[in-house]
Amino acid sequence: MARRDSASRVFVSTLAAWAVGFLIFFPILWMVLTSFKTELEAFSTPPSFLFFHWTTENYATVQERSDYVAHAMNSLIIAGGSTLIALLIAVPAAWSMAFAPTKRTKDVLLWMLSTKMLPPVGVLVPIYLIFRDFGLLDSRTGLILVLCLGNLPIVVWMLFTYFKEIPKDILEAARMDGATVGKELIYVLTPMAVPGIASTLLLNFILAWNEAFWTLNLTTSEAAPLTVFIASYSSPEGLFWAKLSAASTLAIAPILVLGWFSQRQLVRGLTFGAVK
Amino acid sequence: MATQQTQTLGRLLLTPAVALLFVWMIIPLGMTIYFSLLSYNLLNPGMERFIGLENYVYFLTDPAFLASLRNTLVLVGSVLIITVVVGTLVALLLDQAFVGRSIVRLMVIAPFFVMPTVSALVWKNLLMHPVSGMFAWIMTSVGLEPIDWFAQYPLFSIVLIVAWQWTPFAALILLTALQSLDEEQREAALMDGAGAFSTFLYITLPHLARPIAVVILIETIFLLTVFAEIYVTTGGGPGLQTTNIAFLIYSQALIQYDVGGASAGGLVAVVIANILAIFLMRIVGRSLEV
Repeated sequence: MARRDSASRVFVSTLAAWAVGFLIFFPILWMVLTSFKTELEAFSTPPSFLFFHWTTENYATVQERSDYVAHAMNSLIIAGGSTLIALLIAVPAAWSMAFAPTKRTKDVLLWMLSTKMLPPVGVLVPIYLIFRDFGLLDSRTGLILVLCLGNLPIVVWMLFTYFKEIPKDILEAARMDGATVGKELIYVLTPMAVPGIASTLLLNFILAWNEAFWTLNLTTSEAAPLTVFIASYSSPEGLFWAKLSAASTLAIAPILVLGWFSQRQLVRGLTFGAVK
Repeated sequence: MATQQTQTLGRLLLTPAVALLFVWMIIPLGMTIYFSLLSYNLLNPGMERFIGLENYVYFLTDPAFLASLRNTLVLVGSVLIITVVVGTLVALLLDQAFVGRSIVRLMVIAPFFVMPTVSALVWKNLLMHPVSGMFAWIMTSVGLEPIDWFAQYPLFSIVLIVAWQWTPFAALILLTALQSLDEEQREAALMDGAGAFSTFLYITLPHLARPIAVVILIETIFLLTVFAEIYVTTGGGPGLQTTNIAFLIYSQALIQYDVGGASAGGLVAVVIANILAIFLMRIVGRSLEV
């Protein structure tokens, strides 16, 4: 990008961009700062920005009182499990649509996306009753199942988008050289597909980690992931701002870091490659 | 290039995904349709009976339905407008040359990764609290009355929180699109004496049309089902002022245990979502190359 920018223009842009960035980021920054305050300071007016008594006791209390680690494990297992199973089902499907398309492929893809337009709340009652009858309420297995199927259309779409970009010439060259379908898959396609699969995995892990409708409605304690753990702080007796902030920081930190690393893939993945 | 062999293999590989999604769609949907025709309350087990379309009549004529439909449309509409407009402005700003681009970029997209329950609680308590929140402090510092956000402007408060979460998404997508804009075209226009505004209107904006359509599609899918933000802040209140359709059906099902009524409501939600989907799918279908 060779643009002739005068120094003063760069200065103004820098100032404006940092101001906007700071404004958007402020709620998160404020939450992190509050997590290091005592409850008294967290609630005091005027608020103290940096000059307060820094403490990490909130983090210890959160773990002790509400067992952050157990909820984080639930989040990890549910998000990870649902993503992996979805990938296992979606990779072959996306593969076949990208490399052996038929006349109906486009319809199948649009139909899959349309199931995403089925609002979860429209099927909440039957899923709740099925889960109750099969003893799946408040179980990690149940949530893995629901999140896996709920995210399956998006996973298929993302993978399809990535697979489409693998040049077909390479495939044909391999076939000319006498490669069988199996060999073609293992030696030619898989290495080229791995980056796309990894991005899809990452993005769906983020989506599943933050998913709140099903987790709030289908779990209570045993299988409750971090989304539910945080919601328990919304009750009046849970209103300790410093502890709420510490718990929140712990809940978003892993996914925030993961998200920052995958921001470039995020654009391609979530827009199905329509924006590059 | 597809041979007979790959065709067969392709169909075989596609089957599990299609079958599972079909089952996932059809069984709950079928059950919802069936339940919606019953008088069925979990508090009176064994008393289910067929009542035809009574649940629908009841749900559709309930003033709560119209209120929640209105709230849903206001929520989705205003968040879409805010995120697209603010997202475009932020993207244009971040597309300029400035110092510390990558750090600012990280700050701007951060809210997108914050789980809804966290952002709702942080906004409600740390920022919008009428006594000790940051906003109240700013208001009193400049000599104004603090606002009791969730009491005075409940729906607007929810819109603000949700817009904060989704603006980064719009900004990120639009920024990426801007960076693929042909720089020479824009410079040529400037050379020819086009102002910054008309350059934006005639060159940049058309280039952003498709990404904006994609942003609207993806956001609509997620915004129609906004739930956690309402659940942890207002619980749908005061009154029905922040009850959207998702929350209304939830409260019918899991607070009043009215399975029949909630199922009828669920189907109404499906119909509304699909009316929107038809429009959105057309846009995507057109730009889809298979």
